[in-house]
Parts: sequence; C-alpha cells; structure tokens
Amino acid sequence: MKTASPVTHRRNAPQWNRIRTIENPWARHGLALLTAAYLIWSVATLEINWARVAEGFPRAFDIVLRMMPPDFSRWSLLFRGTLESVQMALAASFFGMILAVPVGICGASNLVPKPLYLAARGFIILSRTFHEIIVAIFFVKIFGFGPLAGVLTLFVSSISYISKMLAEDIENMPPGQLEAIRATGASFPQLLVYCISPQALPRYLGVSIYRLDANIRHSTVVGIVGAGGIGQVLAASFSRYDYDFSLAILLTIISLVFVGEFFSNWVRNQLR
Amino acid sequence: MLKISDLSKVYPTGTIALKNISFTVDDPKVIAVIGPSGAGKSTLIRCINRLVEPTSGKILLDEVDVLALGRRDLRKVRRRMGMIFQEYNLVERLTVMENLLSGRLGYVGFWRTYRRKFPPEDVAAAFALLERVGLSGYHNTRADALSGGERQRVGISRALMQKPDLLLVDEPTASLDPKTSRQIMRILVELAHERGTPALVNLHDVGLAQSFSDRMIGLRGGEIVFDGPPERVNAQVLTEIYGEEDWSTTIRKVEDETGKPDKPHPESKDSLLRESLA
Repeated sequence: MKTASPVTHRRNAPQWNRIRTIENPWARHGLALLTAAYLIWSVATLEINWARVAEGFPRAFDIVLRMMPPDFSRWSLLFRGTLESVQMALAASFFGMILAVPVGICGASNLVPKPLYLAARGFIILSRTFHEIIVAIFFVKIFGFGPLAGVLTLFVSSISYISKMLAEDIENMPPGQLEAIRATGASFPQLLVYCISPQALPRYLGVSIYRLDANIRHSTVVGIVGAGGIGQVLAASFSRYDYDFSLAILLTIISLVFVGEFFSNWVRNQLR
Repeated sequence: MLKISDLSKVYPTGTIALKNISFTVDDPKVIAVIGPSGAGKSTLIRCINRLVEPTSGKILLDEVDVLALGRRDLRKVRRRMGMIFQEYNLVERLTVMENLLSGRLGYVGFWRTYRRKFPPEDVAAAFALLERVGLSGYHNTRADALSGGERQRVGISRALMQKPDLLLVDEPTASLDPKTSRQIMRILVELAHERGTPALVNLHDVGLAQSFSDRMIGLRGGEIVFDGPPERVNAQVLTEIYGEEDWSTTIRKVEDETGKPDKPHPESKDSLLRESLA
C-alpha cells in the first residue's frame, strides 16, 4: 500500500477563500471604478482658476510679511476683547451647566414618561442642528451686535451638549441600582440625589469643564459675526488690513486656548 | 402576613410568566423558591413589591391590598419589604454606610437625604448591622472597592435597615463562589430567624435551598408544582419541577449536615470577620 501523495492530499483538501463584503467580482470592481470616475468628475467641475491660485502664494507671503512683527501696542483693546470672550464663555458654561440638569434628566428614557422624554430630546436635537455661527447670526439679528448675542449662542449650545451627555450617561446606568433604591420606598427626588447624582456627577462635571474649554474656543469664533469678544476685534483688524495687530490677536487666542485646555485637563484629572 | 391569590403576569411580549399563583406565608420562615430559568421566580418576587406590575390577582400584606395602592402608599408598603439582589445593586460610588442608610430612604425626607443627615438611631443601627455581618470598619469604604461576598453582606444589611416585615431575595448567591454562597446564605437565614422576618428566597441551587430553607416552593412554567418542607423534595419532585434527569447527586444527604449539631461550624461569625479583614 502506498500512502497518499501530497498532490492527491491537496486535491482532496477543502477549499477556503476569504469572505468579501461584496462577493460578485463585477459589482466589486465596478463600484471601485465608479468611485474613481466620480472623484475625477467632481474635481473637474470645481472650476479651479489655477492662475488665481498661483497668485495666492505671493499674496500669502505678503500678508505674513505685513504681520511681522506682531503689534501689541493696542493692548488695552486686546485685553478688553479677551476678557469679554472669557466672561462670555464662563457665563454661558455656568448657566448652561445648571439648565442642562433638568433637560438631561428629562432626556433619560429610563426615568421619565415618554412625552417628557420626546420633548427634551426634541429640544436637544433642534439646538444641535445648527452650527454656532448660524445661531450667532440669528441672535445678532435679534439683540444687535455685542456680547449678549454671543453669550446666548454659547448658552444654547452648552445646554444641548451637556444635557445630551448627561441623559446618555443616566440611560447607561445599570438598572439594578435604580431598582434597588426604588425598592426601599424612596421617592423620585430621593432617587435623584441618592443614586443618580453620585453615579453621574463625576462625568457631568468633566463634561461641563470640557464645555468651558470648548466655549473659550467658540467665543473667539462667534465674535466674527459680531457677537462680541476677541473675535469681533479680530474681524475688525482683518477688514482694516491691520495684519500686525491681527497676528497679536491670533497669538493671544492661541495662548488663551492653551490655558483653557490645560485648566480643563487638570480639573478632569482631579475628578478621576 | 403575606397572602397571594391567583397572581398572574403576562408581559407585553405575550410571555406568560406567572399563572394563578396562590400561597400564604403566615409564620417567619425562610421559603426557598426553586425552578428552572424562566419559570417566573424573579417575576414573582418583583410582583410582590410591584417593581413589576402584575396582570391580575391579589396580594395582601397584613390586610393591605398591595395591588390597589397609589404611588405614595406603594412607597409606604415598599419600605416594609426589604429586597436583596443577585448583582447586589449597591450604589457603586457611595460608601458602605451610605448604602446601608439608603434602606431608610422611605422614612426620611428629601433634605435629610440630600444632606445625608440621618437620625442617630439609624446610624447606630447601621453600625450594629455592619458588626453583625462582619464588616466593622468598612463604613467609609466605597461600595465599588468591595468583593462580591462583602457586597452581598452590604446588600443584606441595607434590606434589614428597613426593619422589614418581609424579605424578598432574588438569587442572592448566583454571582458568588460555593463557599461564599454558603456563608451568605447562613448570614441571611440567621438574621431572618433572629429578627423573626419571613424571607422569600429565589435559588437555582437545589442543594443550597434544601440546606437553608424551612419550606420550599417549586415553580415550573409560571405555576406552583410543589409546596412543602425541604425533606419532601426527592427525585420525583425535582423531575416534576425541572424535567427528567438523574437527581441522585443533587439531593441533600440529610444525615450529613444535621447529624452532628454540636460541632462548631468552621465558618462561624469570627472566622468570617477575620476573612473579610485579611
């Protein structure tokens, strides 16, 4: 008796191929081809004026040259704008943080009846639909130029952000703890302060501090559409071609954001 | 004390969890409820304090019609029923003392709860219970730093802080190793007997149920198929509850455990204490 040769052994071995997301080779290669064709077509329709792009590089060089050295001589204007931005961010974060608590609790499906849940979630979704810039333009139209419009913009976005995080955090809580506290005969307010608050508090504070950090960044942006703060000063300096002052403002914003970032990281590390 | 008649529960999905359950608890005994997964053990216990709303039937706790109560009165009845869970269900980020005192939530107002200002007699009772279950010195430890057995002792203490008229216990040992399971069952049964509190204990471990209970109820498909003393649970009864199987290794050898009552138990309170402090 001869043992089976490796060749026949291989012939009898079961076949195995990797499973592909799209099994049909025609569909697979066809899709890749279509994607490539679409990319080429979309770049072709952009109608890029290459001559103008080429012109842009020396212009950029010119702007950079005119930015040097940064001009800090109008430091009082700079300081006032920065302070206004920080104040806007602080006020919006603080009030946003407080109002986010009821909204967040109402947005947790394991705590409240369906209609209340839908109302809270509707508010959260609606206020997250529009970017801060659009909301800021809206508030500037209503309340005029200045920090009030900026504070309201950041306030609305802070509520929706913090309350969404809070609601999701509460929904992810293990149901057993809630069940156990309910089983002791506790009332709903007692459930909130004795079970939900201790479990959700560290993350809520962390998210709020992160939001403060984000608000400092956003407060510099909403000013560009006239909603106060350092951004408004920046927009003015650009439109007056005061590029050296612009650079001074940009450097100030960078250091401000750095300080905010370090502060928020430090606080969140303390909370852990 | 507790009288349940014709209790039924149909879940919205159409699952029939309980079918015309009737039984009475009229003396402070430890009653083990056994049965296969899905037999309705958990549903039964949760219907009694209405964490699950029964579909029909009647539950009387000392002449109080539990199913007829409004929210406020339901809370008053819930505080008379202490509940102990399989997953302990402690509030993880609170300390052991705070978890024990949560058993008093039904008796104190909102501001006392918020400021953690519980009456001194409650705090004293909590310290006494901690010592009783072998957790002295643990009052400021956070619940998430405890082991499974320690957590369940806190769970038992929390339920007893309510000074309950009835204990509802859902699989207290299912997440614990065999040795810890026996320790926990022993503490539970001792405390229930000491305080004269009847306890309804769901167990999937038949041996454990036979060793520690005064009475056993067997559930199958949402119906009571056995109700009697543990000594009467034999192969035929287990087949009735769980279905055909070789039961010779499951049934407790009665003479093994009750034969030598004078021998001090190796897992007495002192050794529990030593173990938990080690």
